[in-house]
Amino acid sequence: MTLHRFLMAKPWIWSFAATIIVWVVTVLFTGGASSFGLSQAALTFAAFSVVVGIGQMFVITLGPGNIDLSVPATMTLSGTLALKLMDVQDGMILVGLLASIGIGLIIGLGNYVLIKALRIPPIIATLSMSFIVQSVAIWSNRGLRIKPPETLANFATSGLFGIPNVALVALILSVIAWILLEKSIYGRWISAIGQSTFAARMAGIPVDGTRLVTYMLCAVLASVCGYLLASFSGGAALNMGSEYLLMSIAVVVIGGTAVAGGNSNIPGIWGASLFMFLVVSMLNTYGFGAGFRLILTGLIIIAVILLAGGRQSLR
Amino acid sequence: MKLSSGTIRLIIPAVSLVLLLAAVFYMQPRAMSYTGLNLLFNLAVPIALATIAQMLIMSVNDLDLSMGTFVSFCACVAATFLQSSPVLGILIFLGAIAAYAIIGVVIHIRGLPSIVVTLGMSFVWGGLAVLILPSPGGTAPTWARWVMTAKPPLVPMAIVASILIAAVTHYIVMRSSFGVLMRGVGGNDRSVERAGWSVIGIRAATYALAGFFAILSGIALVGLTTSADANIALRYTLLSIAGVILGGGQFVGGKVSPIGAVIGALTLTLAGSFLSFMRISPDWQIGAQGAILIVVLALRLALNRLEKREKSQ
Repeated sequence: MTLHRFLMAKPWIWSFAATIIVWVVTVLFTGGASSFGLSQAALTFAAFSVVVGIGQMFVITLGPGNIDLSVPATMTLSGTLALKLMDVQDGMILVGLLASIGIGLIIGLGNYVLIKALRIPPIIATLSMSFIVQSVAIWSNRGLRIKPPETLANFATSGLFGIPNVALVALILSVIAWILLEKSIYGRWISAIGQSTFAARMAGIPVDGTRLVTYMLCAVLASVCGYLLASFSGGAALNMGSEYLLMSIAVVVIGGTAVAGGNSNIPGIWGASLFMFLVVSMLNTYGFGAGFRLILTGLIIIAVILLAGGRQSLR
Repeated sequence: MKLSSGTIRLIIPAVSLVLLLAAVFYMQPRAMSYTGLNLLFNLAVPIALATIAQMLIMSVNDLDLSMGTFVSFCACVAATFLQSSPVLGILIFLGAIAAYAIIGVVIHIRGLPSIVVTLGMSFVWGGLAVLILPSPGGTAPTWARWVMTAKPPLVPMAIVASILIAAVTHYIVMRSSFGVLMRGVGGNDRSVERAGWSVIGIRAATYALAGFFAILSGIALVGLTTSADANIALRYTLLSIAGVILGGGQFVGGKVSPIGAVIGALTLTLAGSFLSFMRISPDWQIGAQGAILIVVLALRLALNRLEKREKSQ
């Protein structure tokens, strides 16, 4: 009974358990030869999902209906513009980072203005926004592939003590997010808004300010992720963010954050991100074709949610 | 004359459609003909059907993020199995409808978030579609081709089909007792349950019906394009959600409008044509579509405020 309660109190355990199982199965199949390379690849690719996942998690915590669909477009625009601005010069790395943070701030502000001023449901507001952002990216990109500055590219693709640098960046961001969520008044506010917006307003919480900051935070994390991803993959591409729309939502939910809002956790996002990457690479290792791989990925996602499920539903 | 709030909610999408249509006619008077209208609205038929399917799911407070991949899957089945061995094709479609019903029940029983379950399902449908048609191909069934390219007198097929879809679904959702129960589940499932109805049964039926309309959407799409591809309808997920919202539907509370949804789908299709008539550079087409969406929703807000002011007087 106590074990049961312990498991219920820590929903992220499921995602880690699933991750470990998949890891072991994959490594066993290759006879242990791939364990180091696989872990490193998993950490690298999970890091990108973690960064966008954290932003999405903050938004989802705000309660039913809150979701940010502009994540992929934001990533693309930030990656494109930052690389263009840096123009392969090492001296511009910091300027590029600041520019991408600025892009995130503007998009987040735009999202919330649409939600608040036009009273559009967030799902449609961020969707319309993402169309516009995507257009700006297409217009500014023009199919050119600009390389990242060499120092930045080296940083993004190398590691420290065997741990990829991008994973370290994601870890630092996660720790900051955890402090924000668990230890700061802001974290209490977003949880309170997620549990009952009305009660939060009555309690004197600045609901609009908090929601604005949250949407901006999500967009900034997405644009930082776009900056890192573009540097890692040696250039920005117009479709580079596309898979992160579903990914950012999936890692949040598999990680055990309540979709109804008001209850979130960060360790689960790591578990879920590693899990999502490992599932795909496991299916690759076993040599499945694209079709079977997609079907199994879907079925595994549903199975994990069924196992860890039984929470309140959003809709 | 007193207008019900349901009618007012319908007026707004209808007005935006008429305005957009007037703008298109102004810029391209030749579009004001039988062929012109057919060309403008042809692609709207599958989108309208997918929007209706999404609307059904939204009426029970869920959201289907797998709509695009499911319609793609249906299009692939229609262009292969349904064409070569119709019995097998129909069996596959029946299986897909059953799968939708099961999803609806599982989401309810386990209290799962629908967006995540359908997200998972979108991988499954996508994978199945890739298995059926690894590369673009297939042939549309002759009858689907015939229906979609039929030329009824006076009014183009696209308009006839849209009106037919709107009328049938309006009857199902707004007039039939099943429709009332379905919207009741969206409004307050507990009171529907206390009144002695099986919420599980209603949800299963709603999902199955949504699956049915999505299948029609896939068949209609293949009838238009003559061949299919595993990614043919991916954008339908977002288009269908936007169509329902444009048509005055809401995410929660069972407040949906089938006629509005069809009008919303027509508006979205027309917005695409409008932009190409405007000679907007392709770079900005998607962005302008987003802007049109925002403008229409802003218009709706303005009209809603007007309505409220009239009420308070």
